This record gives sequence, C-alpha cells and structure tokens, in this order.
Amino acid sequence: MTIDPHQTIRDALATLARHNFGALVVVNQANKPIGIISERDIARLAAKNEDLFSIPVNEVMTKNVITGIRQDELKAVTNTMTEKRIRHLPIVDSQGTLIGIVTLGDVVKAERNIFEGEVDTLRTQILADEA
Amino acid sequence: MSQPGSETNPLRVAIIGAGPTGFYTADHLFKQKDVVVEVDMFDRLPTPFGLVRLGVAPDHQKIKSVTKAFNRTAGRPKFRFYGYVELGKDIMLEDLRRHYHQIIYTTGAQSDRKMGIPGEDLPGSHPATEFVAWYNGHPDYRDYRFDLSQESVAVVGIGNVAMDVARILSSAPEELAKTDIADYALEALSQSAIKEIYILGRRGPAQAKFTNPEIKELGELADADISVLPEEAKLDSLSKAALEAGQDRAMMKNVEILQEYASREPAGKRRKLTMRFLVSPVELIGNEEDGVTAMRLVRNELYATEAGTLRPRATDQFEEISVGLVFRSVGYRGKPLPGVPFNDSWGVILNQTGRVLNPDTQQPVVGEYTAGWIKRGPSGVIGTNKPDALETVTCMLKDLAKGLTLTPADPAVEAVEKLVQERQPNFFSYADWLKLDEIEVARGKELGRPRLKFTCVEDMLAALGR
Ligand SMILES: Cc1cc2nc3c(=O)[nH]c(=O)nc-3n(C[C@H](O)[C@H](O)[C@H](O)COP(=O)(O)OP(=O)(O)OC[C@H]3O[C@@H](n4cnc5c(N)ncnc54)[C@H](O)[C@@H]3O)c2cc1C
Repeated sequence: MTIDPHQTIRDALATLARHNFGALVVVNQANKPIGIISERDIARLAAKNEDLFSIPVNEVMTKNVITGIRQDELKAVTNTMTEKRIRHLPIVDSQGTLIGIVTLGDVVKAERNIFEGEVDTLRTQILADEA
Repeated sequence: MSQPGSETNPLRVAIIGAGPTGFYTADHLFKQKDVVVEVDMFDRLPTPFGLVRLGVAPDHQKIKSVTKAFNRTAGRPKFRFYGYVELGKDIMLEDLRRHYHQIIYTTGAQSDRKMGIPGEDLPGSHPATEFVAWYNGHPDYRDYRFDLSQESVAVVGIGNVAMDVARILSSAPEELAKTDIADYALEALSQSAIKEIYILGRRGPAQAKFTNPEIKELGELADADISVLPEEAKLDSLSKAALEAGQDRAMMKNVEILQEYASREPAGKRRKLTMRFLVSPVELIGNEEDGVTAMRLVRNELYATEAGTLRPRATDQFEEISVGLVFRSVGYRGKPLPGVPFNDSWGVILNQTGRVLNPDTQQPVVGEYTAGWIKRGPSGVIGTNKPDALETVTCMLKDLAKGLTLTPADPAVEAVEKLVQERQPNFFSYADWLKLDEIEVARGKELGRPRLKFTCVEDMLAALGR
C-alpha cells in the first residue's frame, strides 16, 4: 500500500493492480506519508499525457495529504471523507509514521456493521423481555 | 481426495475462543446449505461465552440473554466444545494443522492499554479489566484483592467499561445482591468504605460514547448522588458546532442529561459519584507502602484533528484530588498468539478482511482466519461481531471453493478427542457446561439471584462429580 516518491507511474500501476488497491501512500525513508497517488490521479494524467509510464510518482501525487490517527472517530472520519471527497485516509502514529490506511469502503462497512450489530443486540434484548 | 465439505469428507474447522464471535462464526458456517461443516470450538476457560459471562456487568442480565442463541448453535450435531484447553499451552498450532482444514482465531482483546504516567504501577492502581474479571468470577482473577477500605476512588476513562466499574462501586449491596456478581465480590463490596467515586473523561460531555440508558442509570442509584460540575457540562464552541453539524440526537440527549445532573441538589445519599470532563491524570502520587494517595490532573482543551475528531490537549492548569484506589480503562489490545502474525500498532492479528496475512509477503496464510475483537480491535456492541464474523466466513468459503485449505493428515473427530484427552484430561464438554449452568441457576434461584457462579475450576469439576 506504499510507494517510494522516485518510483514511476509504471511501478505504481503494477502495485495497484497486484494488490487491487485504489490508491498508494507515498512515503519517505522514515515511512512517513508525503503524498498519496490514486487510480483517479493516474487516469487524469493519462488523459493528457500518453507517455506517462516513466514519470516519477512525486510529480503526480497529491502532496497535501490528510492523515488520521488511531483514536479518530468513525463518525468524524466519515464526515471528513465525504465532505472533502477523499477515498483513502492514511493513518499515522504519534511520530507521524504510517501504520495503516482507511478507505471509504472500510468506513461504510464499519458503520453498517455497527448499525446491524446494534439492531441485533436490541432485538435479543426485546425478545428476552417477552420470554 | 475430494474437496472437503461433503458428508464423507466434512470441512473440519477449529474455532479458537468461545466468545460471541466464536459462536457467530459457527452459526454462519452451519447455515451453509451445500457445505458440510464440523466445528470444534476451544476455549482456555472451562465455561463458554467469553466477555458475555466475564465482562458484561452483572446488573445487565438482559444483555446476557444473547447466550440463548449461542446454546442453539452449540446444539447442532456437528458442534463440539473443548473448554479449558488453551492454544499455545495445551494444544499448539502444529496440532491444529494436523487435524483441521481451517483455523479461525476469535480470542478477543485480552489486555489493557496503559496510561503511561508516573506512579501508574503503585499499589492501589489497577487496570479496570482486572476488577471486572474479579467481580464477574473469572477463575484467573478470583484471588485478586482490591482495597475497598479506601474512601475515595477514581475511574479513568469514560467508555462502557469505566461506566460499569463506577456503577458497581456505587451500587448498594441490595442492588448487587439481585445480580450474578461473584459471591466473594458481593461480600467485599457490601463492606466497602468507598464514599467518593470519580469518573474522569479526557474530553467533554459531547464526546462521551456512552448510551442514553447508561448515563441515566447513574442518576438513579439508591446509594449514590450523581454530580457534574456546571462549568464542565457546558459545551465549548467546537463541540457545539460538531453536534449541530452531525445532528447526533443521542449525543445531544447525553449532554442534556449531564446538564440536568449539573443542576441537581444532592439528596444526601451515602456516596457521591462525580463525573469530571476535560481532565487527564498526569501522575499518581504515593509510595510503595501506602500505595496511591492522590492523583494529579491536568485540565484539557479540545482541538480538531485533520480527520475531524475533537481531541484533548493539555493546558497549563493542574489540580490534585485525593484518591486511594485507581482503575484505568483507557482501551484494550489483543495479545499475540504463539506463531500467529500480529499487528503491533493496532494490537490485532495481522489480517485482511479476516484472512491472516504473512507479515513478509502480505499474502494470506492458507487456512488461517480471524474475527471479532482480535481481528478489528475493541469496538461496537456484542452484535457487531456477527457481521464481522460473516465477512470472515465468506472469505473461508471462497477459499474453500478455490481449494485453498490446509490438508490435515488426520482429520478424524476421534483423533482430536484423543489428543485433548492426553493434553488436558480435565477438559469440559458442552454437556458439562449445560450441567454447570443448570446448577448455577438452581443455586441462584434459592437466593433470588439469576445464578450463583462457579469461580474456580476445582469447584466446577467437583460439581460434575469428577
Ligand atoms: C467489561 C466489558 C463490558 C462489556 N459490556 C458490554 C455490554 O454491556 N453490551 C455489549 O453489547 N457489549 C459489551 N462489551 C463488549 C463485548 O463483550 C464484546 O464485543 C465481545 O465479547 C467480543 O467478542 P469476542 O468473541 O471477539 O471476544 P471475547 O468475548 O473476549 O471472547 C474471546 C474468548 O477467547 C478465549 N481465548 C483467548 N485466548 C485463548 C487461547 N489462547 N486459547 C483458547 N481460548 C482463548 C477467551 O477465554 C474468551 O472466552 C463489554 C466488554 C467489556 C470488556
């Protein structure tokens, strides 16, 4: 899920395809995020430049990457992702080192699971009342 | 040999951990129409249900009714329970690989996070989970001692566990006597000298995660007056904006209830339960001999993170409260299992949608899976583990269809039975549990309690005539 800034778009596409990811976090040598590059970024680039394959990642990536921390709340993260239209949120520790990435899909899934879980738990309790 | 999953060659699955997630996993597997599955469930404890028996508060019996559904799952003919058999001690991963096509870890989150402040390890300072395990009759914790002769106690954290602990400490003996709290804990708590209970939250009233009923309960205790400082119940501008933007009705209701508490006159009850907001402990004061005597707190203010969460930040204002007992509940993390890849930053088994990953290649390890708290971390309610287990079972079935399973040398049921007999002759079957359950409930009935729990393995064996 990470790539080095000096690797090329060709490398990025290969990694995206191999792991079926939608974006890669660009990290420096200390494993700190310095950018993010998504399928969408590459598609946009391809529309105007057919010789994109050997361009280094750091010329294409989004540099102002928004990151989250482990303690961030699901609701806040969902809001931020929908409002700012971001689909991938790199998660860092207190040193700013990358420890994971949360996708919009992850967030939607977690919300659904929490909702389903609450319904199921409430249902068992109501049934217990009737018994 | 043909692909496993048929009558003659059933899919053999080992589930490690008999908490809610283990049962939801078994249930999803048994619901498959075209795959014949045999499930063996192991737990390091003699009794099933994990934190439903040993975590969920004794005065919340209704929540425990979910075990009825688990009993139905356990009643399936192709289900076996091996209680008191620990992975990593009594049985090893190599053993499982010899007997099963698929292994799934549902071992929960077994340890507390630390506060990381000076004095944290002084006598009188404990993880809340140890106290919870003690009052719920966990065999490993029944001999722990908590100094309830202290008058003042602080519970650090404001999640469900902190709320449970504060409520149990504030409850009247008559209230506790109606629950299935461990008998030794009932006795110790009946003699408790505690007069002042603090619950300490790092953030404000609008960030507290408790539910409306949980916070209401604290205002209805027979023996304790609830108190909230008016200045701490007031919302800061960031929280106000967040509440309005999020339209979170439950959160707004929480704030309303807390503001009502802030305006309440004390009714002169025996105990006082004070909820504090926007404070963090920075040091526990005391010495080895007397234990904790006080706690130093810093006042916090909120700021918004990049991702939009309101987080606490220390100011330069400090205060000290005198407390002789401290319970911290600032988060859980899972414990690694021997030989199973672990993600240390998150405190969970390294996995992707429930498939255990090899840390070097980041590719799935064939035949190994995980679900529940040890897969995603400690979040949600009991029922949240159901869709979570389903996600993993879906991966298990997809892999099965592709022929990606272990190839056990000896998949016979009898082989496992024999192995367990050798390694842990005192293991408990599900029939044993049902008998213990019946005895516990009968013993409780005489006392007007939901059950009287067995809290040590010897007593359980004796009750079964072994
Ligand atoms: C104090 C407390 C109170 C709670 N109250 C509520 C509540 O009121 N309502 C609610 O909805 N949720 C509540 N929860 C949350 C709920 O308990 C969890 O969501 C749920 O129990 C997680 O299920 P699990 O199966 O993943 O883990 P667990 O329930 O922890 O089960 C894991 C099982 O694995 C076993 N195990 C561990 N290691 C091994 C090993 N090496 N070999 C064999 N077995 C092993 C353990 O003994 C345990 O039985 C509470 C949690 C806590 C801690």
